[in-house]
Amino acid sequence: MTAIYEIFMENAAAFMQATTVTLKLTFVSLLLAMLIGLVFAFFKISGNRVLYGIAQLYITVIRGTPLIVQLMFLYFGIIKIVVLPAFWAGSLALAIHAGAYIAEIFRGTIQSIDRGQMEAARSLGMSYPLAMRRIILPQAFKRAIPPLGNQFIIGLKDSSLVAYLGVAEIYGTALYAQAENFQPFETYLVAGFYYLVLVIIFTFLVNKLELKLNVENGGDAK
Amino acid sequence: MIKIKGLNKYFGSLHVLKDVDFAVDKSNVVVLIGASGSGKSTLLRCINFLELNDSGRVEIMGKSVDPKKDDLNKIRQDVGMVFQHFNLFPHKTVLENVIEAPIFVKKMPRQEAVETASYLLEKVGLSDKADVYPCQLSGGQKQRVAIARALAMNPKIMLFDEPTSALDPELVGEVLQVMKELAREGMTMVVVTHEMGFAKEVADAVFFMDEGKIVEEGKPCEIFTNPQHVRTQEFLGQVLA
Repeated sequence: MTAIYEIFMENAAAFMQATTVTLKLTFVSLLLAMLIGLVFAFFKISGNRVLYGIAQLYITVIRGTPLIVQLMFLYFGIIKIVVLPAFWAGSLALAIHAGAYIAEIFRGTIQSIDRGQMEAARSLGMSYPLAMRRIILPQAFKRAIPPLGNQFIIGLKDSSLVAYLGVAEIYGTALYAQAENFQPFETYLVAGFYYLVLVIIFTFLVNKLELKLNVENGGDAK
Repeated sequence: MIKIKGLNKYFGSLHVLKDVDFAVDKSNVVVLIGASGSGKSTLLRCINFLELNDSGRVEIMGKSVDPKKDDLNKIRQDVGMVFQHFNLFPHKTVLENVIEAPIFVKKMPRQEAVETASYLLEKVGLSDKADVYPCQLSGGQKQRVAIARALAMNPKIMLFDEPTSALDPELVGEVLQVMKELAREGMTMVVVTHEMGFAKEVADAVFFMDEGKIVEEGKPCEIFTNPQHVRTQEFLGQVLA
């Protein structure tokens, strides 16, 4: 117990610094992933076979291979084209990974909106893009919050793999610390604790957001 | 106002509308009746191009419409539609439902859109519900909001697709009341309904559809008291019994 406490205290500054890096990685990559996801969700529902095929290929490859392989592959691929700091290369790789899952989330929630909503919007003279933007997407985003929250938690934890690109986020910091103090068990336990606290805080925030949107919009009924 | 000639519509191999000829004059109220699956809703949806006809001509306000070339969004602004299941926007308040299209489609200044909406909501008897979300309304209230929402675009034609079929019986009257008033004001209306009382009282003409064809048309008094076609007789026998 004392050993854990000592390691916690000794590395507190480094881990706090690392926590901000983890959060930045998570936010940046998931923001990008949401953009990627939305684009590919539209590819899938576009009715265009070429776009659908591209989206399907992307999703199949990403879902069918391990994240660490994608990370390494993309990292060494990306730095061949542009010289990027490890943080940005890692964010981009995480975004491309999460984007595939988020594309499916958006596709599902967009398609779950009653057909009558689009018809009503079109019958009022709205164009398809306007109806999508003003009527369908706001409802689809709201329904996407629970699965997106879930994806966010996964993304937060997946960001630990970016340590292997040399980014000093939480796991990277633990890797480095345990090599110095020769106490891997205690050090990884402390690292796990940081992730756990972040996930608990985040889950709480998502639940609050969900509740707030439900009250504001008076539920989901027609 | 509406002229349809030789209209055919297929869903896959299913021939849902067969050489339909149909016309509605200005300020007339036309009621479409028939068994479910007879094609009356599909015909209605062809008038504002929610369904596109496979052959034939659709003429709206004297202009023949080619869905491939013409701007359907422009045409739909003149053709309001009310749906069986209301299709109000659940994430918007009653007022926001009504002002949405005038602001974003017609580019009406917000102030003006709100004034129009307030007038329309008063007209359908729902002034006090402006800031409420649709889920807090009864079915009859929802449908009245839907009518106000369609009217906000100042359409020249109103289409009603079984507007009272999803309502509890005691809420049907309030919706029909609003529709009767619209008819009195001279709105051109096409109504798909099972409310034969409404048809008798308000309609200028009744069309009976069966298996994708209009088999009989006439004044309501003729159709209801002296139907000529055997299918019309059977249908009315069942509905009016």
